[in-house]
Amino acid sequence: MSEAPMIEVRDLNKTYRAGDIDVHALQGANLEIAKGEFVSIAGASGSGKSTLFNILGALTPPTSGTVKIDGKDLAGLSNSERTLLRRNTVGFVFQKYNLLPTLSAEDNIRIVQYIGHRATAFDPEFREVLNILGIADRMQHKPRALSGGQQQRVAIARAIVNGPAILLADEPTGNLDSQNSTAVLNLLSDLNRRLGQTILMITHDQEAASYASRAIHMRDGRIV
Amino acid sequence: MINKLVLANLGHRPVRTILSVLAIAVEVTMILTLVGVSYGTLDGTARRARGVGADIMIRPPGSSILGLSTAPMTEALVGLVARQPHVAIATGTVIQPLSGFDSITGLDLDPFSKMSGGFHFLQGGPFQTDQDMIADEYYAREKQLHVGDKLQMIAHGWRVAGVFESGKLARICVRLPVLQELTGNPHHLSQIYVKADSPDHIQELLSGLRQKLPGYPIYTMEEFTSLLSINSVGLLRNFIGVVIGVAVIVGFIVVFMAMYTAVLERTREIGILKAVGASSSFILSLLFRETLLLSILGTVTGILLTYVTQWLMQHAAPASLTQETVYSWWPIAGDIAIAGALLGAIVPGIKAARQEATEALSYE
Repeated sequence: MSEAPMIEVRDLNKTYRAGDIDVHALQGANLEIAKGEFVSIAGASGSGKSTLFNILGALTPPTSGTVKIDGKDLAGLSNSERTLLRRNTVGFVFQKYNLLPTLSAEDNIRIVQYIGHRATAFDPEFREVLNILGIADRMQHKPRALSGGQQQRVAIARAIVNGPAILLADEPTGNLDSQNSTAVLNLLSDLNRRLGQTILMITHDQEAASYASRAIHMRDGRIV
Repeated sequence: MINKLVLANLGHRPVRTILSVLAIAVEVTMILTLVGVSYGTLDGTARRARGVGADIMIRPPGSSILGLSTAPMTEALVGLVARQPHVAIATGTVIQPLSGFDSITGLDLDPFSKMSGGFHFLQGGPFQTDQDMIADEYYAREKQLHVGDKLQMIAHGWRVAGVFESGKLARICVRLPVLQELTGNPHHLSQIYVKADSPDHIQELLSGLRQKLPGYPIYTMEEFTSLLSINSVGLLRNFIGVVIGVAVIVGFIVVFMAMYTAVLERTREIGILKAVGASSSFILSLLFRETLLLSILGTVTGILLTYVTQWLMQHAAPASLTQETVYSWWPIAGDIAIAGALLGAIVPGIKAARQEATEALSYE
């Protein structure tokens, strides 16, 4: 018997209102991602990538269709259930890093442990991850004292500290120079290989997409 | 960890934090200063009343505890009272309010000295002529008066004959008949003080006087001074209530503005917290903790500021305003400040908790 997919999307639709018009951001999207896969989703602006990202991350509910994350159906989840899903099952990496500016790098990670009701101490395995990410010696610095690449690595550490089933990355190299982009993509690749982390990366960059084990394209709200 | 975030947030915007703390501090100072002045004034009045050395006080019918009536009682009452059994001394005074908190008292120096043990003069001595007045040390200091100085009061020219140690009857005293004439109350009194021949006879004397003078408020000095409290003076109680109400509104507005601005400014950060799994209650808790900390810091600062207002009053108006440190009101003022601040944080808190994570994350 084959293992259930980590992400399963069936006939997914999302319509939202922009002024006086209805925007059909997703129109019957279907997708399956197995556990441990590193998948990239590419597509032009307005193709529905970010909407799919937001739905898979339980940041916004779908209009219709089925979305299962690690076997859990997102349809009909209450706000607090979606909060629990974000806390326990999904880790986010954003294009703009989205670190809390008032906290140090270390505290940006610890606050996620605290919210997830985990012990706010780094175990040896996670310290090794920090070494792999190359930020172990930058933990006491505030985001403004870190380079873009370093901030993105802190964001990756934050995203995986609670051991989420899925890592969702939205244009993780969009704000980085080529050297830092390569470093971050190598890290994601490394995390996928070493830790078996399931990763779904949204990108419009073909080179970034090539780091994934499978590339998916979106157009007009559908996966093609 | 959440407390670390609270401290980091407050430290991130020091000017706003300091202004919020100061605004709450002013609220606390306002309450404590008013209460301190009320207690100080009442306690000062009680202390000076006790300094008279009387056992019983007779006030005009219908007068209130703090009422500064003119002189509705006939002087003949003193003679009547003095003839009662167990009366050692009886003497009357006239009180005329001046501007502000001041008043001038007319007294008969000989019986008053016998009753109270006499004034202890720091400069000069008792009045010798109808133009002489004596003042206590605080009034003299506030008005910068010295023996021999001349001044005008109630359309009369006075000469300072002496400055006495505070704590007896009043701050400014003149001859009784002079003040009776000047206020248009010849042979009339504002109140009568009575000393019993023995402490054992005070209650008996009190009962006798109450029988003899029905309708007159007659108190032992112990009763009278115990009635000089905020709760016994309705006007003062209401005034304090109004000030507390204003203070709560000030605290509410200040914290509402501070927290509303903070929530708007931190929209993206709230979105980040929600994205990583923070619940609405976590966001609310964060804002309420910030508010609580601001209120506590504001309360402590406010308490410290009351010592500044106390010092200012001691040096600027020692005779008019006396501010006491009323420790029992510290927690009350703190609770009022915290309640006002938490009320002010409710709406911004709900706004923050309801923010959609996707919208908050796209906020620039």
